[in-house]
Amino acid sequence: MKVSAIITLKKDVLDPQGKVIHQTLDGMGFKDVNEVRQGKYFEIDVKENDPKKAQKIVEDMCDKLLANLVIENYKIIEIQ
Amino acid sequence: MKSAVITFPGSNCDRDMHVALNRFGFKNKMVWHNDNELPKSDLVVLPGGFSYGDYLRCGSMASKSKIMQSVIKFAKSGGLVMGICNGFQILVESGLVPGVLLRNKYLEFICKNVFVKIDNKDNPYFKNLDKEVFEFHIAHNEGNYFCTNDQLKEIQDNNQVAIYYCNDNGKTEEKFNPNGSLKNIAGIFNKEKNVLGMMPHPERMIDESLSGEDGSIFFKNLINNIK
Repeated sequence: MKVSAIITLKKDVLDPQGKVIHQTLDGMGFKDVNEVRQGKYFEIDVKENDPKKAQKIVEDMCDKLLANLVIENYKIIEIQ
Repeated sequence: MKSAVITFPGSNCDRDMHVALNRFGFKNKMVWHNDNELPKSDLVVLPGGFSYGDYLRCGSMASKSKIMQSVIKFAKSGGLVMGICNGFQILVESGLVPGVLLRNKYLEFICKNVFVKIDNKDNPYFKNLDKEVFEFHIAHNEGNYFCTNDQLKEIQDNNQVAIYYCNDNGKTEEKFNPNGSLKNIAGIFNKEKNVLGMMPHPERMIDESLSGEDGSIFFKNLINNIK
């Protein structure tokens, strides 16, 4: 199964890259932006055909390596 | 006194550290990240650099490498483990010291000398030093120390802050904070004070003619404390 996960910075963690992207967008004329937060996206093809089990495997990966839970949250957004 | 410096793919301060440790009396061994066992050591050092190309998060991949199992075991049994720069990032990713190191606040790679103030000398690293303010070198992109409010409270209650960024007089104000670190924190201990992680490089301050002598003072004192 292909499992997609996104990892985002927690709300109160400073995201300087997001800030700079926001400023650049502003300079380009995109004036309607409140805030930009940058994150990470993973597509993981796991050798497991049961969607629930596949999700659990990727969640375990997020807990142990892909995300640092002090500053980041993760969410499984698609299993197919 | 025996020491071990771990080399990860992408480490680049490992040989500087080797030279520094040997100069001040350690018998140092270089250890490859893929080894399983640490040689018998009084001190283990995780050096600076860009382990695994800083992929994913700085230090995250190195913290899962084979040798780290032994390093974590050694630290948990009370052994001295010091992480400098990328080594500090590896320590936070392995959970040996609390917090994380974020991208520098102003998105610059910072490479310069800074002053740091030692907060607490009740530990094997700083015990018996006769001064508090040291000039060390920093070179990093992700040195912006951050932790949760609960962690910060615990760190402060247990006197786990090792060093703060300051000026040459030891003033720890925000304007002397190079990278946005929470409370000017430049280095942190674990609860037991046998594990030290810090962004500054003492090994770059061991030659009077090239740099300064504050690293020499640090290493000379360290080996005397361990003896």
